[in-house]
Amino acid sequence: MQPKTGERPSLWPGLLGIAGVAVYLIVFLMIESQVGVAVLLVGGAAAVVLAARFGALERMRTSFAGREGSMDIAVPAAVLALVLVFHQDHFTLLLVATVMIFMTASLGLTVQFGFAGVLNFAGAAFLGIGCYTAAVLTKNTGLSHLLVILAGGVMAALIGGLLLYPVLRTRGHYSAVITIAFTLLFKTFLEVNDALGGPQGLRVDGLNLFGWAFNDNIALTETVELSFYTNYVLASLVLVCLGFAFLRRLDRSWIGLNMDAVRLDETASACFGYNISRWQITAFTVGNFLIGMAGALYAMMLGFIAPTNFTFGDSLILVSIVLLGGIGNPWGIAVATTIVIVLPEKLQMIQEYRFLLYAAMVILILLFRPRGLLPRPLRAYFPGWQPK
Amino acid sequence: MAAQVSAVPEPVLATRELGKRFGGVVALEALTLAVAPNEILGLIGPNGSGKTTFFNVVTGIYPADGGAVTFDGRDITRLAPQGVYRAGIARTFQRSRLSLPLSIFDNIMVGNHKRLTQGLWFNLFRRRAFRREFEESYARARELVAVFDPPLADRMFEAVEGLPMIDRRRIEICRALISRPKLLLLDEPSAGMTHDETTQLMDDILQVKDSLADLTIIIIEHEMGVIERITDRCAVLNFGRKICEGSYQEVAADPLVQEAYLGLE
Ligand SMILES: Nc1ncnc2c1ncn2[C@@H]1O[C@H](COP(=O)(O)OP(=O)(O)O)[C@@H](O)[C@H]1O
Ligand SMILES: [Mg+2]
Repeated sequence: MQPKTGERPSLWPGLLGIAGVAVYLIVFLMIESQVGVAVLLVGGAAAVVLAARFGALERMRTSFAGREGSMDIAVPAAVLALVLVFHQDHFTLLLVATVMIFMTASLGLTVQFGFAGVLNFAGAAFLGIGCYTAAVLTKNTGLSHLLVILAGGVMAALIGGLLLYPVLRTRGHYSAVITIAFTLLFKTFLEVNDALGGPQGLRVDGLNLFGWAFNDNIALTETVELSFYTNYVLASLVLVCLGFAFLRRLDRSWIGLNMDAVRLDETASACFGYNISRWQITAFTVGNFLIGMAGALYAMMLGFIAPTNFTFGDSLILVSIVLLGGIGNPWGIAVATTIVIVLPEKLQMIQEYRFLLYAAMVILILLFRPRGLLPRPLRAYFPGWQPK
Repeated sequence: MAAQVSAVPEPVLATRELGKRFGGVVALEALTLAVAPNEILGLIGPNGSGKTTFFNVVTGIYPADGGAVTFDGRDITRLAPQGVYRAGIARTFQRSRLSLPLSIFDNIMVGNHKRLTQGLWFNLFRRRAFRREFEESYARARELVAVFDPPLADRMFEAVEGLPMIDRRRIEICRALISRPKLLLLDEPSAGMTHDETTQLMDDILQVKDSLADLTIIIIEHEMGVIERITDRCAVLNFGRKICEGSYQEVAADPLVQEAYLGLE
């Protein structure tokens, strides 16, 4: 329960939890045998159930809520530890960076759907807009790559603006259908557009920040070399941390409250002066901006993009992350993205059935835990704040 | 209490020939009503007589089919709910419309919308100024809740969904009052409460009203004891028409009113 004034919850449950998850992930990523992966999965699920049963999860939650500053350092530190362990493993580092890029995009979707209740099934399209913006800008201009990433966000936000009118004019399911149509349209548009490479897609230059070429391996000593994907892990870590910080600020302000109010009851909020579309537009734009930035970085990391990367299925993955994680809770997004992206990569036997798996997960969650794996906590404008 | 105001010189709210129909149902028919500053007007009538519709039309949720609404000398007939709120009218809902997953404080702040700074820059980056605004708002909200129920004021950051109906009603009234409206519309605030709870809630409403300089209240209420005790004047609706208006005693003695109630219940 709520700690009394002056009494801060212990750091240890949170730190141990982070360490446990990090070690588990490292083993999980290392293991090759499918049997081993399956055993680990069952073991992990059992550990979570046991931890919940004996109150360990609750203590971790308290620790995360009450010692936010420390957790904010510990979690990225755990990611760095992961990088050190896998410093030469291209495949794993690419996977880790991909997870964090999808986290950033899902954070954008969280603002839209989790906060303001604007359903967006065009997540992959906005990711794609970021990607193609990066491809075009790196190829045709000498723009600083930092600005290219920003431009990816701006383009996604602007093109999202075109969708705003029909999305906000229609209600509920209909606006969802419009975003679905947009995803399909976007892919077709890419396929027939030769300037954007058509179905073959486009090459994208690697990220280069102030002379730091991200596509070169990092030679630490004569013998030790870090995979160049380390660069991208660091870049995506920075991006996701910024997204996280931004989301939190937003949530802990009147804007976060406004978005909640508009989502939960339009009639009541209209009776208290809310300009409903203003907050929906803000959420949609800001969310697409985050998704677009994630896309720009994604494209530069992949080095090659094609219309098949941005299908409706990919949009569904983003939506299922938000539903699975805990609608509106950024920590939930972190957990859910890791599960949704990593699982099919390691479990090759389910690769082909990955959408089946996502669908099953979403249905189970909606049935048995409608608020997601990590439900969103009540708003604390200033964590630890006590009335005088 | 029973300050007799039959001829109203400068009403806070005045409606003229207000009409509203839903398909074939005439929910309001040529309703002309004036509410004097600082009075408590009871709006009574059998179920389905158009009381809630009156609130919905005044607050702009439904557009009027005919007639006009004047508030504070200004025509607000065509205003959207947002404009009506900004003009100084706040309301509660017959079926409680709080945001259940949010805290008590958050729900009350929803009602404070026009007094809070809404800029993106302010909210995200001017955290010190935001904190001042937050602390001031908290103090005001807490004070208001404490009038209704002091223990509740210590639980401002708890979710509303765990609270009993009486507390939800209190919070809804606080949400309507926090922006200091000139006119408060209460739609069956005691619905679902026991007799004692109702008595207590009405005392609290009177106490708040006394502490605020300039507050007019229209209350829809079924319990006649409540109406008698707290209203200055009553208007009775039946099938969307005003059939009687006056002090509680006058209204209760009116044969039309007795017939309306006997005929339907
Ligand atoms: N949104 C609506 N759509 C259709 N009919 C409505 C609507 N709101 C109210 N009515 C009808 O208008 C009449 C008055 O309803 P209402 O104002 O809710 O009565 P009261 O609040 O006095 O019980 C009723 O016949 C009701 O069925
Ligand atoms: Mg009613």
